Amino acid sequence: MNAAFHLIYLACATGFVVGLHMMNSPATARRGNQVSAAAMAVAVGTTVVLLVRAGSVRPVGWLMLAAGAAVGGAAGLYAARTVAMTAMPQLVSVFNAVGGGAAALLAVDDLLRSGGAPVAAALDILIGAVTFSGSLVAAGKLQGWVPSQPIVFPGARALNVVLGVAFLGGGGWLVADPHNRPALVVLAVAALAFGVTMVLPIGGADMPVVISLLNAFTGTAVAMAGFVLGNPVLIIAGALVGASGGILTKLMADAMNRSIPSIIVGGFGTGDSAAPIAGPGGASVRAVAADDVAIQLAYAGKVIIVPGYGLAAAQAQHELAELADLLERRGVEVSYAIHPVAGRMPGHMNVLLAEANVPYPLLREMDDVNPEFARTDVALVIGANDVTNPAARRPGNPVSGMPILDVDQAHSVIVIKRSMGHGYAGIDNELYTNAKTGMYFADAKKGLAALTSAVKTLVG
Amino acid sequence: MSADLVFDLTVFVLSLLVGFEVISKVPATLHTPLMSGANSIHGIVVVGAMLIATTADDWVGYLLAFVAMAFATMNVVGGYVVTDRMLGMFRTRGGAK
Repeated sequence: MNAAFHLIYLACATGFVVGLHMMNSPATARRGNQVSAAAMAVAVGTTVVLLVRAGSVRPVGWLMLAAGAAVGGAAGLYAARTVAMTAMPQLVSVFNAVGGGAAALLAVDDLLRSGGAPVAAALDILIGAVTFSGSLVAAGKLQGWVPSQPIVFPGARALNVVLGVAFLGGGGWLVADPHNRPALVVLAVAALAFGVTMVLPIGGADMPVVISLLNAFTGTAVAMAGFVLGNPVLIIAGALVGASGGILTKLMADAMNRSIPSIIVGGFGTGDSAAPIAGPGGASVRAVAADDVAIQLAYAGKVIIVPGYGLAAAQAQHELAELADLLERRGVEVSYAIHPVAGRMPGHMNVLLAEANVPYPLLREMDDVNPEFARTDVALVIGANDVTNPAARRPGNPVSGMPILDVDQAHSVIVIKRSMGHGYAGIDNELYTNAKTGMYFADAKKGLAALTSAVKTLVG
Repeated sequence: MSADLVFDLTVFVLSLLVGFEVISKVPATLHTPLMSGANSIHGIVVVGAMLIATTADDWVGYLLAFVAMAFATMNVVGGYVVTDRMLGMFRTRGGAK
């Protein structure tokens, strides 16, 4: 490979960095993604030229590459065009899986041929294989094909230890003897199995952390593949993704006030459907009707909407946007307070609301919006639970120390909820029994539609 | 430790630092497109998949080249298209659509 090719790859790496940099504002983000895509196209084109000039690829090899590109490209294009925004976490997981899988295959191929960089190759196979199977299980959980509750079985911990010993042993053996096939098989199988046992015990609510972590793994696996092939552009791109995944993992874990190891060990997060407790329970909650809520909203000066995953699960973001739009046309100041973990992956709720045509300047981050609750007439909470629980400010309960939205500071609070069921933390939400909170018991989609029509009929 | 490995490690560490610096400026609003966009960037593994083909001369090599190529292309194409689709939805008031 001569200097010209190195320089072109360097330009591509620069394109990736510039593309990521332009993601720092919604106004330039789309252009940034296009810069990054153009850099990728140049990298692929350069590689084709490199292969043609080397003349070492046999016709069957070209056929395999073309067939692989056609199959993968068609599958990727179809998935990207048709996926629902609510299913975005699954898709990202699948892309993590195939990226990690491809990186692991590169190392397998290298070990079968030359075995020149056994340490990087062993790490690549380990990380890539864990990412591959782990991401597929995560996608299955998000899609509902695998139960989203933490799946724990007797001896799971012992099995993990056995698998850990197996992949460490297999990896060490492979480093000592790079051409040893059984060692390669032991490493690959143990890593694939470990990916499954790592993700199975993790609950649905912890998915934002898991996806971010697997994203970081994929990036690292690709960087390792770069070490194996001695190709800096793979190392740079992989490291960028590793950094991105790492930052997001940390942000998500902080937003849930949980350490990354405790999430991996599992046990706290439960399924999507926390068992509903029938009707308003013993504590004194104030139930309100659609008409009352509609009047309160229509005559408010400032309303902050607090959406949670329940909103997305009920597919009610369009009804919400319609109600907000109606209120805004009446002169009500409406904005959205979005907790970092309101969704199944980082920033998921923002995408769901953007899809429902909510302008992004109205989407406010937690630290930015919290001081405004005290000046807010009505806080409308839909499908969010633990992230609004004032108990988090006190020590000694499962949500203690978790950063929350200061919903209870608003002059009045309306919570749309089907029942008094618990959130993932499994504790009562003190917001619901607060004297200024009105509980509107309804399904999010139907409830919001009822509010919209009530506002229209009552106040025109 | 060979000079090549030291060079590769230097590139790796500096890229990680650049990544941390650039990505910590991305607002939470854009975290999903960021992750999906970063996802497409690790599709650079497609370049590695193509390099497999240079040494492939038996069915194992061909199969590895095919599967790696299919995986990596799906990653690249799908990642960029879906990121673009998402970012197209972010608009200010009175923007397109």
